[in-house]
Amino acid sequence: MIAPSSDAIAQQPGAVPTSGAGTLLIETKGLSKHYPGVDALVDVDFDLRPGEVHALFGENGAGKSTLISILAGANTPTRGEIRFRGEPLTLADVGAARARGISAVFQEFSLVPQLTVAENLFLGDEPVRRGFLDRRNELQRARALLERLGFPLEADRRVQTLSRAEQQMVEIAKAFRGDLSVLILDEPTASLTERETESLFALIRQAKARGVGIIYITHRMVELRRIADRVTVLRDGRKVGLVDAQAADEATLIQMMSGRPISQVFPKVNYAPARTLLSIERLTTADNNVRDVSLEVRAGEIVGIAGLVGCGKSETARACYGLARVAKGRVMFDGRDVTGWKTRRMLDAGFSYLPPDRHKEGLVLARSAIENTSLPALHLPQFSGNIFLKRRQEKDTVSRLATQLKLHPLDLQREMGAFSGGNQQKVLIAKMLTRDVKLFVFDEPTVGVDVSTRVAIYRLIADLCEAGAGVLLISSDLPEVLHLCNRAYVMFRGAVQVELQGSQITEDRVLSHFFERAA
Amino acid sequence: MTMQHAMPSEQQAKTQILVRLFLSIGVLPILLVVALILFSVLSDNFFTFGNIANVLRQTSYLTIVALGQMIVMLTAGFDLSVGSTLAVTSVTSALGMAGMAAAYPDQPWLAIAVGVPIGFLCGLALGVVNGLGVALLGVSPFIVTLGMASVGFCAALYLTSGTPVRGIPYEFADTFGSGGFWGLKAPVWVALILAIAVYVLLNWTRLGRHFYAVGGNLKAAALSGVHTRLTLFLAYAVCAGLTSIAGLLLTARMETGEANIGTSMPLQSIAACVIAGVSLRGGTGNVPYVVLGAVFFGVIENGMNVSGVSSYLQIGVTGAILVFAAVADEFRRRLIGRKTL
Repeated sequence: MIAPSSDAIAQQPGAVPTSGAGTLLIETKGLSKHYPGVDALVDVDFDLRPGEVHALFGENGAGKSTLISILAGANTPTRGEIRFRGEPLTLADVGAARARGISAVFQEFSLVPQLTVAENLFLGDEPVRRGFLDRRNELQRARALLERLGFPLEADRRVQTLSRAEQQMVEIAKAFRGDLSVLILDEPTASLTERETESLFALIRQAKARGVGIIYITHRMVELRRIADRVTVLRDGRKVGLVDAQAADEATLIQMMSGRPISQVFPKVNYAPARTLLSIERLTTADNNVRDVSLEVRAGEIVGIAGLVGCGKSETARACYGLARVAKGRVMFDGRDVTGWKTRRMLDAGFSYLPPDRHKEGLVLARSAIENTSLPALHLPQFSGNIFLKRRQEKDTVSRLATQLKLHPLDLQREMGAFSGGNQQKVLIAKMLTRDVKLFVFDEPTVGVDVSTRVAIYRLIADLCEAGAGVLLISSDLPEVLHLCNRAYVMFRGAVQVELQGSQITEDRVLSHFFERAA
Repeated sequence: MTMQHAMPSEQQAKTQILVRLFLSIGVLPILLVVALILFSVLSDNFFTFGNIANVLRQTSYLTIVALGQMIVMLTAGFDLSVGSTLAVTSVTSALGMAGMAAAYPDQPWLAIAVGVPIGFLCGLALGVVNGLGVALLGVSPFIVTLGMASVGFCAALYLTSGTPVRGIPYEFADTFGSGGFWGLKAPVWVALILAIAVYVLLNWTRLGRHFYAVGGNLKAAALSGVHTRLTLFLAYAVCAGLTSIAGLLLTARMETGEANIGTSMPLQSIAACVIAGVSLRGGTGNVPYVVLGAVFFGVIENGMNVSGVSSYLQIGVTGAILVFAAVADEFRRRLIGRKTL
């Protein structure tokens, strides 16, 4: 039912079908998206053939999300042309895209937590009989769909009670609901187990066989080789290359993605492991997101924690920092038992945590760079007198840090929301440097930043380590863990799977512990 | 769990049942039953058919407004202009009816047929402006509806110079105010019918589903092809429509058009929704509980009146109960959250 030529004939008797195999499902010419101050997408030519998996590869902020959101109808281009099966296409909204069989599964879930699985699956296209919802029919079709896809979900459960992986399945099922011609998947395996990933890949192969074109965003080299046919690499909103997925190797892709050889992206670090700073002993949190985790970090080393989203890597650090309740186990920091200490006390003890979401947890966006930077240390004698703030000293300190981190523009009074993502991240890091810190915990330090900031952040992390601080690097960006850390832990479902040292930290070894072991 | 040792097993089983009851039905039905029992004990006149019918009639206006308020709250907004909508409807419908009745004194139903649509449409107009402001212009519901509350109140005062509008046909008051059958007054029946209609709307139509979806996750709804702006707009329009009906019924009850009939209605209707578990963040709430919520406030007020509680004290008690219910509901949500993990 997906074969494009027969479809066109069946639906539009007058239309001239374009010659069979050469027809592109989607073709863009000079597609651009301009936001005030940012070119999210610049002159991108992209095409998708029926029955292929075309991967998009690039850093956060490279333009992948902008491209797919335009193709899915969720965003409109500033310039450029989209053709769908040879015909010019303008998409008013997601509904218009879906009506043509273009469906997207975004990374940020588009589910309504208060509704059930079935209600979410048919949202916007509810079955209706005589003006009223046909809820029985809806439930039946939802069950049939879930069964066809092999997802073990109850159709009448509320989405807010589902796990992340289960929610991901609902998202994917939603895309498979109608007649599909283009399927857009944005890092679909980010929270799936190995078995779930396998069944997703099987679905993708089925869809390919039916002539569906698939646009696939991933960060994982392994998946490129397994599932993709062609790879388009984007950098800073521009297309930098189109390669054959089977022929591409890691070094080439990273070089294309970052615009510089891999040796220039990641600095060489001289590790000097000394005394143990942080020692977590059999830690279990009250919410059970962390189970029986033991790990340690020494001064003068960079220790990584890798794992899927929701595997407990972030939660482990947060439990140490007083952001999650500890049920069992012990946390030793700098020779003291700090189990259950509040955030303020941990900061005073020299433990600094960089939150992964700078908008939600990191910055007060409506206030200036200077106020944001000094906030963690504002109550200390360096910034506070008996009654009044020492604003001169505050300004001097922040200005020194901003210069050191190359904040751009170097305008300390500018409100945080007006800075680019990379510069916001620099301020977030500057916040950590206002105090005496023994252990730096970086949770996804390079999310959504440009390449040059990324390189600067890596350099800074290396410098901190060489200056004798301990660094714990929690990251979903695998190359980061592979190239920066001298030791790494891999977590899965709240538990540590393995600890790797030095040359043991390879992509294959880390990934082999990402998932549940085969039963 | 921690009380295991101290408590005998029978008592433990009893508390278990209570906890489970609390978790499954929430705090409101329990509060309502407690209030009914308490007032029955305190006053012989409370639990009589006459008094209960009276309570229902008194709360029918609040019930109707709360139904509308609930729809707006489902979309993660609220409507502070429901009081002014009542006033505008009351004043304009009364002016229309009085004017027609003066011109055609022997055709009261003609006056009613003219005045009622005028009042309804004028009330609806407030909701249309609210809806346009929120859905189209993207202004926060707080500001739009607060502004419209002032504008509406001003219009009602200006039209009447602050004095009640007299001259409404007797038939209007007789039918929709004090009329009724099977021992229940007309507004109670209207409230019942509207409650059923809103229940059907929310649970059995696309629009209803979309109210929940837009409030639960606006972006997700948009990405699913829901017309989010239209949905938001309709929420405010339906709310104003329902409120206008309540305004007409109130006008019939009082036999005059009044500009200051709804001053306490915005907060009362929001309180009735909140005590019924309608989330201020949108996406949750159901009709039977909202009806119970409105009735509960009526019961409390009436019960305290017949048991001779001072009116100053009543205000405080009502407020305290609201806060208690909200706290209990939050506690319940946490308990449920812990169980599903």
